[in-house]
Amino acid sequence: METLTYRFENGTRALPPQPRVVGVVGSGNLEVLIESMPQGGACTVEIKTAAAGFGATWQAVMLDFHERWQLMDASIAINDMGATPAVVSLRLDQAVETMLGALS
Amino acid sequence: MSAPSRVWDTLQSNRAGRLARARSVLGAALDGKAVPGARIKDLLHNVLECGDRVCLEGNNQKQADFLGKALAGLDPDRINNLHMLQSVLALPEHLDVFERGIASKLDFSFSGPQAARVAKLVASGQLNIGAIHTYLELFSRYFIDLPPRVCLVAAEAADRHGNLYTGPNTEDTPPIVEATAFKNGIVIVQVNRIMDVLPRVDIPGDWVDFVVCSPEPYYIEPLFTRDPALISEIQVLMAMMAIKGIYAEYGVERLNHGIGFDTAAIELLLPTYAESLGLRGKIARHWALNPHPALIPAIEAGFVESVHSFGSELGMEDYIRARPDVFAVGPDGSMRSNRAMCQAAGHYACDMFIGSTLQIDLQGNSSTATLGRIAGFGGAPNMGADARGRRHASPAWLKAGRQAREGRNTIPRGQKLVVQIVETFREHMQPAFVDRLDAWELAEQAGFEIPPVMIYGDDVTHILTEEGIANLLLCRSDEEREQAIRGVAGYTPVGMARDKRMVENLRDRGIIVRAEDLGVDKRLATRDLLAARNMKDLVRASGGLYSPPRRFRNW
Repeated sequence: METLTYRFENGTRALPPQPRVVGVVGSGNLEVLIESMPQGGACTVEIKTAAAGFGATWQAVMLDFHERWQLMDASIAINDMGATPAVVSLRLDQAVETMLGALS
Repeated sequence: MSAPSRVWDTLQSNRAGRLARARSVLGAALDGKAVPGARIKDLLHNVLECGDRVCLEGNNQKQADFLGKALAGLDPDRINNLHMLQSVLALPEHLDVFERGIASKLDFSFSGPQAARVAKLVASGQLNIGAIHTYLELFSRYFIDLPPRVCLVAAEAADRHGNLYTGPNTEDTPPIVEATAFKNGIVIVQVNRIMDVLPRVDIPGDWVDFVVCSPEPYYIEPLFTRDPALISEIQVLMAMMAIKGIYAEYGVERLNHGIGFDTAAIELLLPTYAESLGLRGKIARHWALNPHPALIPAIEAGFVESVHSFGSELGMEDYIRARPDVFAVGPDGSMRSNRAMCQAAGHYACDMFIGSTLQIDLQGNSSTATLGRIAGFGGAPNMGADARGRRHASPAWLKAGRQAREGRNTIPRGQKLVVQIVETFREHMQPAFVDRLDAWELAEQAGFEIPPVMIYGDDVTHILTEEGIANLLLCRSDEEREQAIRGVAGYTPVGMARDKRMVENLRDRGIIVRAEDLGVDKRLATRDLLAARNMKDLVRASGGLYSPPRRFRNW
């Protein structure tokens, strides 16, 4: 298991108070817990992944995610069982869209 | 002294000699054209000659397995150096003939299940490949420079004159038998049964020399059956983008789907997602397609008006019989497939091909060639090629042609939509996008003159991944094309090396389109959107008429 953490400052989009869980911890899949949390405007992400050595890919995925959503005061926890970047990005977008209740 | 005049009927004389040998050896065992199964090797030892071109029916679905096994069991001291002509290498005995020294040369199209063994036999020098073809190309050569001397085919039934009923699985048989019979070759067929009166005549008995009733019915591979339970969310997401971003955008009414789960997902989204977009009657009306079980819900929902098929699909026979308005059902009530005609239809009469692949390079060249496996192409090179001989217009064809030629000083023309749909990462995080196709190395390994490419970049019009759609028709330079491809290559090394500003510019110009740009709601991209989620759902959708083969019965 590898643990990776990221912190993005200067977000602009706030989340509603209700935490959400999206996805399941199964092979090739991941679980995303997303909740609103006061952290001085930052969006933090903690990833626990069964597939070690993909730090650079996770970094790129999370940078693009932050560029898309610019979340502020958000805490995201990920339990990953070897999902591809495609599944990770989809699950993260689904999590945020579910939170915001908006159509993209 | 005068030169001897040329003899013009060598093929006829040679044929007569072979038939005479066979009759002499079989004696009273030969009943008209009927040969007892137990004497098949005697027949083959006497009608074959060393070095013959032999066409054996290994099709996608139907296999002349009794004849194939008999061929592989011949005495290599008596019969050797055969030149095999075969659509598909499907069964172990298809390679045994090379290992045992009975055959030495091969011209074929597809070898999926035997791809690794083909590569090994090429490496050991026991198998010399003439060329890998697409199906219609191979059939064409049977009439020009590769006429079969002997063909070994399979049919449902024969009557006492040798007339054949090939039924739903007619597949490749008509051009194989015609090419053989009309070059004075020998036609040998294995049948499931002899009947007094056939349901219909698919092949005239005049063209048939020997009929063998096989102890077991010929083997049929359910190659195109896909269990919906194995379709992933990413495939659902890509299918949504395909439907909204391409099918709806161009108004694609006539099409072919390449084999695979990506296209099965599209088939299963028609009655749900496409219906919700109001697309019934506007897209996916006429198909060149095998009778995919995954198409059942779309047929039942009224999307699919007609399907012409390359072959039949095991378990679909009763459903097809009950839907004669949709399928190619004859006056006798059963379907007739025809791979040659369906390939021609897919080339000229369809406005779009969409299929998956293993690797794409920076020019859009698409390949399924990987090291250590010589799998060939099947029908994709033909379906996934612009039909330059086409002359009739359709809205989709004209729109694609305009997009490709806008701003260029050329005469107006249409163009076929050729879409490659692929996830950026395959199993084991293998990238689907590469700087250099494995096909180059495979060509070196196997001694091919050119790398084996399934679909050339020139013909690819769209690349669709989970990251979006790249419209290559709108690209105006090699650089734009390369960045458009990088722009949908996700987090693969190819994707990560993109010029971010160029990619943003391409997105602004609509050359790259993301799911958000299409208005595709990712929250809907779940398996719940599939019209059928498992084999049982498909059976239910068919009203109990579809009967899945045993290996798919998982409930």
